[in-house]
Amino acid sequence: MPLVRVHDVSQVFANGVRALAGASLDIEAGEFLSVLGPSGCGKSTLLRLIAGLAEPTAGSIDWPEGRPDLGFVFQEPTLMPWTTALANVALPLKLRGVARSEREARAAEALAGVGLQGFEKSYPRELSGGMKMRVSIARALVTAPKLLLMDEPFAALDEITRRRLNTDLLELWQRTRFTAVFVTHSVFESVFLSQRIVVMSARPGRVRSELAIPAPYPRSEAFGTSADYAALCRLASAQLSEAMAA
Amino acid sequence: MSARILAPLLMGLFMLVLWEGLVRAMAIPPYILPGPILVAKTLVSDWGTLWPALIVTLTITLQALLAAVVVGVLLALLFSLSRWIELSLFPYAIILQVTPIVAIAPLIIAWVDDVNVSLLICAWLVAFFPILSNTVLGLRSVDRNLLDLFELYGASRWRTLLDLRLPAALPYFLGGLRISGGLALIGAVVAEFVAGSGGRESGLAYRILESGYQLKIPRMFAALVLISAAGIAIYGLLSLVSHLLLRRWHESALGEG
Repeated sequence: MPLVRVHDVSQVFANGVRALAGASLDIEAGEFLSVLGPSGCGKSTLLRLIAGLAEPTAGSIDWPEGRPDLGFVFQEPTLMPWTTALANVALPLKLRGVARSEREARAAEALAGVGLQGFEKSYPRELSGGMKMRVSIARALVTAPKLLLMDEPFAALDEITRRRLNTDLLELWQRTRFTAVFVTHSVFESVFLSQRIVVMSARPGRVRSELAIPAPYPRSEAFGTSADYAALCRLASAQLSEAMAA
Repeated sequence: MSARILAPLLMGLFMLVLWEGLVRAMAIPPYILPGPILVAKTLVSDWGTLWPALIVTLTITLQALLAAVVVGVLLALLFSLSRWIELSLFPYAIILQVTPIVAIAPLIIAWVDDVNVSLLICAWLVAFFPILSNTVLGLRSVDRNLLDLFELYGASRWRTLLDLRLPAALPYFLGGLRISGGLALIGAVVAEFVAGSGGRESGLAYRILESGYQLKIPRMFAALVLISAAGIAIYGLLSLVSHLLLRRWHESALGEG
């Protein structure tokens, strides 16, 4: 049984824009899934619908085993600038009424988990773009969610930082085994990270095709330079072109 | 000392020397234009009259500013809670703001028996709008994604206000507060002028009027100096408060340290 069943979901905004038209998708528990598509294909809308931040115009989103705890990582770090990294990470726990000492301990642990030990008292403006994104990921993971939704989290970062974060994200995923849904417009990123790629077409968005990435984990930098990787990227790229032409 | 402090200081000193020199060279009588040295002497000799007057004006200013903060912030919160309240009340706040205070002050002074209260109302009227409009703007300038995040974790409206909207609005509020501080002083002085001889005879503005009638021009200048100094002090104090509150995180307070 899948963790989430997105069934024939359509979304029309108040201004008449059709973001999604009959998108269907099953997400299995524990998998690393990438949603690949051009800008404006409704990927972000799909993610917001799964998160429950919006209601679909038509169709349904079902949780066969009940709606689990979930975390959300936005395109920008989306941190509160007026408080420390630790307080930012502790925010979800605070909003759920966890006592101060416990939430600070758990937040510190989550920060250490993304490699930011020693930066607890830093303010967001004192951190680099990549570090801010790490704080954002730590915040999403601090509640130990079963499902982590990520909306092009590394799109605004430079290539080198991005690669580091990709590797570290995979390592986190292997360690804690949450279900990951990663929205991106980068073929390379989606192939490197995921077990399965769902390719979407634009305006209105729907799921066009699917691609399995059978490479084993842990995936290192070596995987990113292998012939297998290149072949899979070509395949994904072809599917993306097809989806965009359709 | 950096050029930022030194340059205006030297300029000021130069202007004072020029002023004193002109007054002496052209033998201008003090009832037309007193020189800065005479003004300073008057400030000392008339301190017994001027100091209590300054306290009276400052008291009204600070009370008005406090009232402006309370009413401005509460109204802004109300506006952020209900679009309907905002739509129906905001235009009237603007009307109050654009109507010159000198034009309404006589009415207020005529209607309200207690002169103290009428002065307070005048100063408050001038001061509250920047706080209101800035705080409304700030409460609305919250990061959409952060709002989503709060919703995702099931935060109540109250929690969202306390932990998200208020801190996000703080820099805007403080910007409004700095403007309102100066305006409250102006409002208090203008109202005292309008109340004039009919009002009570104690504020700095009244001292200026009285000195004018009695041709005590040096004392008039001394009172003016005190009002300016008070305005600068209020602005400086509010800027300091703002800097202390924002220095760790807000762009406006960075790059100065």
